[in-house]
Amino acid sequence: MFSAANLAAIVLTLKLASVVTLLLLLIGTPIAWWLANTRSWLKPPVEAVVALPFVLPPSVLGFYLLVSMGPNGPVGHVTQALGLGTLPFTFAGLVVGSVFYSLPFVVQPIQNAFAAIGPGLLEAAATLRARPWDRFATVALPLARPGFVTAAVLGFAHTVGEFGVVLMVGGNIPGRTQVVSVQIYDHVEALEYAQAHELAIVLMAFSFVTLLLLYAVNRRVAALGA
Amino acid sequence: MTRAMMLVLAMLALSTCARAAEVQAAVAANFAAPMKAIVAEFEQATGHKVHLSFGASGRFYAQIRNGAPFHVLLSADEDIPARLEREGLSVPASRFTYAVGTLVLWSARTDFVDARGAVLSRGAFAHLAVANPKLAPYGAAAMETLDKLGLAAALRSKLVFGENIAQAHQFVASGNAELGFVALSQVMKDGRIAGGSAWVVPASMHSPIRQDAVILARGRGNAAAAALLRFLHQAGAVAIIRSYGYRV
Repeated sequence: MFSAANLAAIVLTLKLASVVTLLLLLIGTPIAWWLANTRSWLKPPVEAVVALPFVLPPSVLGFYLLVSMGPNGPVGHVTQALGLGTLPFTFAGLVVGSVFYSLPFVVQPIQNAFAAIGPGLLEAAATLRARPWDRFATVALPLARPGFVTAAVLGFAHTVGEFGVVLMVGGNIPGRTQVVSVQIYDHVEALEYAQAHELAIVLMAFSFVTLLLLYAVNRRVAALGA
Repeated sequence: MTRAMMLVLAMLALSTCARAAEVQAAVAANFAAPMKAIVAEFEQATGHKVHLSFGASGRFYAQIRNGAPFHVLLSADEDIPARLEREGLSVPASRFTYAVGTLVLWSARTDFVDARGAVLSRGAFAHLAVANPKLAPYGAAAMETLDKLGLAAALRSKLVFGENIAQAHQFVASGNAELGFVALSQVMKDGRIAGGSAWVVPASMHSPIRQDAVILARGRGNAAAAALLRFLHQAGAVAIIRSYGYRV
């Protein structure tokens, strides 16, 4: 049904989104927990930094990622010193860029879910001698589950739909950095509209089903809670 | 008496309005710098006003087909203007080649690229940037050159593709690719290559990179549009185009 190039782009996109979502949950959860509980003056600046990708044009973000991960950039110096070479034009580079770019989509739902639990239940658990880790793992995490579902779906979907950042740092290499969104753009620019439509329909259907599932699940969870 | 004078003044004002027209021009990104210089002279010489939009020719094509308000297109290739003409979206016989691009193998590092491009066959680099050959004529010319050198297969795994020639240049300028094929116009300043090291690829290595201009259907009857394209033939404009490394 699909051309080999389109299929490779779809597979690569799913792989990228999966890896990025997993990393985002690992990185985003402690950040969200801290933001939901801290009274530090650092909270607003950290929140602002996390939310930056909401505002910055992706191509701007991508350009500075390209420069900073390049051989003369600060990140590039570190990766080269570690013997990893430089990140642009690699799958790892796309992962790093995407994690940064989709961070707010994961942190904010989890943070909101943690904040909604309120101090009461956690304090009750503390009086029952639950240690901090216990309170987090057995009280906060289960209660925040809807937030995690939302975060995972949004993080995944946002990475699938990402364009400007991967265009800038990817180098459009088939099978390595050529994701669906870039491939669609290429088809359009090359006046291959039929191929572009084919991929766009897949992307559209995927996005709709994902969001539909998200809202259906959230509705069920809300109904159960009520 | 005064009324008569005012009438004359008003008529004068009206007539200059009628003569000074506005033109909306879509221009290939690689031609941005020379076009700005040319337009400055054009506006001064004619009193017409030019609004410039720079971008990828393929995108302009899609926009023009869908009603974009451009009067003229200075494309990065010859295919898109020809296609517009076939589809009745341009003024017939207005099409001509305004510049022929020069391909250059360029590195931001001094002494990296030798004057004959032998660096390519040594292969001591991780990334070679080219513009996407499917989209950009400079990319297609770069691939032809690699083919002709018999290096296309050997270097395939080192190629990274910019969406256009501007991005290919960005990859090289930021050092992420050690070298790349870019447009001579991108690395030329004041008539010479401004930095790094370069091999100007001989024209015999690839088919010519002809950049064609055309008056679009919406520019039919627009005096400024016709004047702008005529202006591109004049000695002053040609000198500017040459100074950016294009052939005419």
